Amino acid sequence: MSAPIHGLMAEFDNPTELVEAARAARGKGYRKLDAYSPFPIEELSGALGLHHNKLPLIVLAGGVIGGISGYLLQYFVSVIYFPINVGGRPLHSWPSYIVITFEMTILFAALAAVLGLMGLCGLPQPYHPVFNVPRFALASRNRFFLCIEASDPLFDAERTAGFLETLEPKEVSEVAE
Amino acid sequence: MADELQVADRPAEKIIAPGYTFGAITDQIATVVLTTRTPVFWMAGFGLGLVLLLLFLLAVGVLLAKGTGVWGIRTPVMWGFAITNFVWWIGIGHAGTLISAILLLLNQRWRNSINRFAEAMTLFAVACAGMFPLLHMGRPWLFYWLMPYPNAMGIEPNFRSPLVWDVFAVSTYATVSLLFWYVGLMPDLATLRDRAGNKLARLIYAVGAMGWRGSARHWSVYETASLLLAGIATPLVLSVHTVVSFDFTIGIVPGWHSTFFPPYFVAGAIYSGFAMVLALAIPLRSVYGLKGLITDKHLDNSAKVMLATGLIVGYAYAMEAFTGWYSGNVYEHAVTVNRMTGPYALQYWTLVLCNIVAPNFLWIRKFRSTPWLLFIWSLIVLVGMWLERYVIIVSSLAQDHLVSSWRVFQGTRWDWATYAGTIGLFLFLFFLFIRLLPMISIFEVRTLLPQAKVEAGEDRR
Repeated sequence: MSAPIHGLMAEFDNPTELVEAARAARGKGYRKLDAYSPFPIEELSGALGLHHNKLPLIVLAGGVIGGISGYLLQYFVSVIYFPINVGGRPLHSWPSYIVITFEMTILFAALAAVLGLMGLCGLPQPYHPVFNVPRFALASRNRFFLCIEASDPLFDAERTAGFLETLEPKEVSEVAE
Repeated sequence: MADELQVADRPAEKIIAPGYTFGAITDQIATVVLTTRTPVFWMAGFGLGLVLLLLFLLAVGVLLAKGTGVWGIRTPVMWGFAITNFVWWIGIGHAGTLISAILLLLNQRWRNSINRFAEAMTLFAVACAGMFPLLHMGRPWLFYWLMPYPNAMGIEPNFRSPLVWDVFAVSTYATVSLLFWYVGLMPDLATLRDRAGNKLARLIYAVGAMGWRGSARHWSVYETASLLLAGIATPLVLSVHTVVSFDFTIGIVPGWHSTFFPPYFVAGAIYSGFAMVLALAIPLRSVYGLKGLITDKHLDNSAKVMLATGLIVGYAYAMEAFTGWYSGNVYEHAVTVNRMTGPYALQYWTLVLCNIVAPNFLWIRKFRSTPWLLFIWSLIVLVGMWLERYVIIVSSLAQDHLVSSWRVFQGTRWDWATYAGTIGLFLFLFFLFIRLLPMISIFEVRTLLPQAKVEAGEDRR
């Protein structure tokens, strides 16, 4: 094998086998691995030892920033920059600022959620080696894949391939870099 | 599919027909988009939309050339059709967000098959709604004056005005709905990318999918994002129609100045929105053979939501009449009596028929299980809800505090042309959507299959 490879990929035809394979690979000590499925599988996160992601914090930060800036915007415009005296009512009439403060909180939180999702997933990503496997097109249809990456310290082309075969996949293929 | 295991047991809740596999679901939904054959139904619907859209462009052209006087708005009824249509359209949008966000948080799995096109309906309905306040300004090209920005005119919006709140609420609603919809589409765009035969189509779907590859790491973040977006969209959707109702309740016009408007408006919005969901789902599932995915159970559930919200709306009408009498306010009293017996009595009693009498037929199971009857009923509800907004807006404004300024409102042909035109815009966008994007969320429907469940690992080893 001369050309560098991204890893080895095993194909399964149901989610249960994929989760078991992921558990077995983790059990063997592999850490650089990823699983691919046509829909979210809750058990995979546990099987792959995925940590809780930081998205909730990002969204919270977005919401707080949105709310504060929404309120300050209204305060600045109504009290400092362009005060309008309507029948002697107070300029800083905070109850009437609630609606826009709320809407800005929602807007910024939602933007943070989507940008955070993109950021944490590294999307948009124009190229990824897994697409070099022709059968990988089925990962968005009805097949389930487990990929052990070559950067894993335990990775050895022959031994890893042998290990994947013991999981009884439909097929094991090399992922070109 | 021969290459895939079939699981015979029927999903408990009858929300998907038996015999489906991951592959079969994918094929059935993706084929609608990827085929080169276009059904006659699509041509007809799109054609109708296009014709009405052209009518809309004509009406807008006339409006811009001659001014808002081509509409029937005259003092004191300056809101007329424009705001009626605005509230009607934005209300319709609410069902989409209810289905995609609130039902997700409530773990109602039947929503998975209808959320995609319901959200698309939301987006297009909000687009139609947005047309009316913009055109109603008379000089729509100056719409950005609504936003606070440093300008040489030295003026700023008044944040104590509900109309400014509405600008923020509706634009936030449109943005968040679009984001939520797009995030939901990404995995399905990846499916289309991997299946499209045509090179250009593949490229376009690939750009849309942003390199989505179904990685477990991505799915885990994705699920968090969906839940968070649903949690954000839930208070948002309830707030939007609340803020729309503030446009009325903050004013002191008799018939408007009332504390029960916010919940009443939200219930009415969901009522009319589910009517639109049914009006779209019933023909679509017949024409595209999707009865296995959008089952009778979905129609039944939607009809029940319609019934429940319809009853809330009916209660609100009763309370409206009651407060008119109980307030002891002579103007409130006069407006209530005028609505029932004055020049708008026909519209008022028709809306009572559509919104109080009609929904009660949905108690009967036969009604909820007969699609063509439900289709007719949903149209009745849509008409009723339009009349409701018309009666609230027009009858209250036409007879305000000053008797000398009373005037009976008449919609002109350009009022009707603009209204029909936005229905055209809606149909045009919606038919483009069902031709170019998967109208049912493929990946979420896959999770409804029994074989999507991971069997407990311990006992199998």
